[in-house]
Amino acid sequence: MLHDRDRIFTNLYGEQPWNLEAARKRGDWDGTKDLILRGREALVQEIKDSGLRGRGGAGFPTGLKWSFMPKQSDGGPVYLVVNADESEPGTCKDREIIRNDPHKLIEGCVLASAAMGCTHCYIYIRGEFVREARILEAAIAEAYEAGLVGRDACGSGYDIEIHLHRGAGAYICGEETGLLESLEGKKGQPRLKPPFPAAVGLYGRPTTVNNVETIAVVPTILRRGAAWFAGLGRQNNTGTKIFCISGHVNQPCTVEEEMGIPLKTLIEKHAGGVRGGWDNLLAIIPGGSSVPLIPKSVCEAVRMDFDSLREAQSGLGTAGVIVMDRSTDIVRAIARLSKFYMHESCGQCTPCREGTGWLWRMVTRLAEGKAEIAEIDLVWDVTKQIEGHTICALGDAAAWPVQGLIRHFRDELERRIVARKSGGDRAAA
Amino acid sequence: MSTTGEGMAPEVESFAFSEENLEKIRGILARYPEDRRASAVLPLLHLAQEQHGGWLPRAALDHVADFLGMPRIQVYEVATFYDMFNTEPVGRIQVRVCTTTPCWLCGSDEVLRACREVLGVEVGESTPDGRFYLREFECLGACANAPVLWVDDDYFEDLDYARTKAVLEALKRGERPRPGPQSGRRGSMPAGGKTTLLFEEK
Repeated sequence: MLHDRDRIFTNLYGEQPWNLEAARKRGDWDGTKDLILRGREALVQEIKDSGLRGRGGAGFPTGLKWSFMPKQSDGGPVYLVVNADESEPGTCKDREIIRNDPHKLIEGCVLASAAMGCTHCYIYIRGEFVREARILEAAIAEAYEAGLVGRDACGSGYDIEIHLHRGAGAYICGEETGLLESLEGKKGQPRLKPPFPAAVGLYGRPTTVNNVETIAVVPTILRRGAAWFAGLGRQNNTGTKIFCISGHVNQPCTVEEEMGIPLKTLIEKHAGGVRGGWDNLLAIIPGGSSVPLIPKSVCEAVRMDFDSLREAQSGLGTAGVIVMDRSTDIVRAIARLSKFYMHESCGQCTPCREGTGWLWRMVTRLAEGKAEIAEIDLVWDVTKQIEGHTICALGDAAAWPVQGLIRHFRDELERRIVARKSGGDRAAA
Repeated sequence: MSTTGEGMAPEVESFAFSEENLEKIRGILARYPEDRRASAVLPLLHLAQEQHGGWLPRAALDHVADFLGMPRIQVYEVATFYDMFNTEPVGRIQVRVCTTTPCWLCGSDEVLRACREVLGVEVGESTPDGRFYLREFECLGACANAPVLWVDDDYFEDLDYARTKAVLEALKRGERPRPGPQSGRRGSMPAGGKTTLLFEEK
């Protein structure tokens, strides 16, 4: 369990002002110049040593990602793009960073840019976050005003421009290459990879895309040292993490905890427990809507980190924990997610464009029991025809929740079909 | 009905940015490389929609395209790809209910019911007086404060039937109800009080 002294986001609930003066009191922008002057190699190495893995869902090692950027400048622009298009159902952590601790993010942008030789940084924020965007814009202006950003940032001799860019309502723009397309003024349709953004990214230039939380923890890691961060959590799953707990808990909340905290502890200690008690739990989606649900039996002991949840055939994803008690119509809950993916599919790849609609229609029928038993396997087959057959991970993200449903609730699906056949609508409900 | 294609309302003949918006646009264009003006298409469409009362007539799309030197079709594609842009007239106050699973689990059906009752319209419709537009929206990213309603620039959070009704009635009276959690809690802090950031340990 994390001690308060090890928490990075000390203004998570906005009890203090977000502004520069208050941020400095919280320790932000302290000795940033000296950190920049450590040089690219040392900064990347420190992040590598910290074990930081991307907080946007995929969990790719951040230092390694940074090391893919060109070592030598060709004189042209190099970009850092921060993904603040927070749209994964169940996820609301970046919003808290942006509106309550924006200077952690901005300082992180400066340091990450220095580590990768970036000349420009764009923060792409989802269009719905209107108030949050205003705060971030004002915080960036404060940082420019104070000489922390721009030419000779923090007096380091290093130049970095930071700009905010607002999206306009499209989940797919959270996919890094969809985001780049959107930033270039197009529909947010993901690009084929390779080439990867580190070689050919924004405007065809070297680019790294990182999540808000990933960038916002960088200054604290550099100040307190890789060993401190790596000492939290466990091997390959280090540091602190912001968890968002929603659904059927007594006290839904957002909270920073140690990576690897047992799921049950997280819910009981911070979210006031499952509504009606732990035994009233049915299932949990532990990492945002894209990861498969886990039933209560798995929730008992699983730890909240990348590797533990992968072993449980799910994932940490964005750490958006969606709790469902026994009153939940689990099939409808997943059907609603299928509708989400159908709505958000960009339409570029046939398996996803057509398949997400198939899944929604079939899972909706399964919810009512209007199906044949054999169709459960057919749905599974459809998910397998989508998974791995699309340009981006939205196809996988649409497939996995349905796979989780079939894996753990096949009995319930069969029960509804049998009940409908034998007793009509009422028995299936 | 539209004669210019699906989702395009043709009746507005011309559109031009206001002086005030032209000033803002100068600042926006400065964020992007000079030869990458298309990057400003989302910010400009946001401004155009705001200026034009919440929706984008074809004349506005053409104006933005010409202004940025983009093919018009590319701007039509963008305007119809992103959920926040309306290409048909809608009520001035946009009421958007999140109904994705985290909000649904916490009672978004009841929020929707309150909206239908108070506004007297179905999802996708505007009120006859042109004041309100009701629609469903996908995950708004405030799940620890579910269910959520998004009205113009503000999120109203921790809703139920009665709280939704109170917010909408206030809006109808022309008031500006206080945004954020309607439960009275601070942000996404646990309702019973903080469990972290107590700084009491020795």
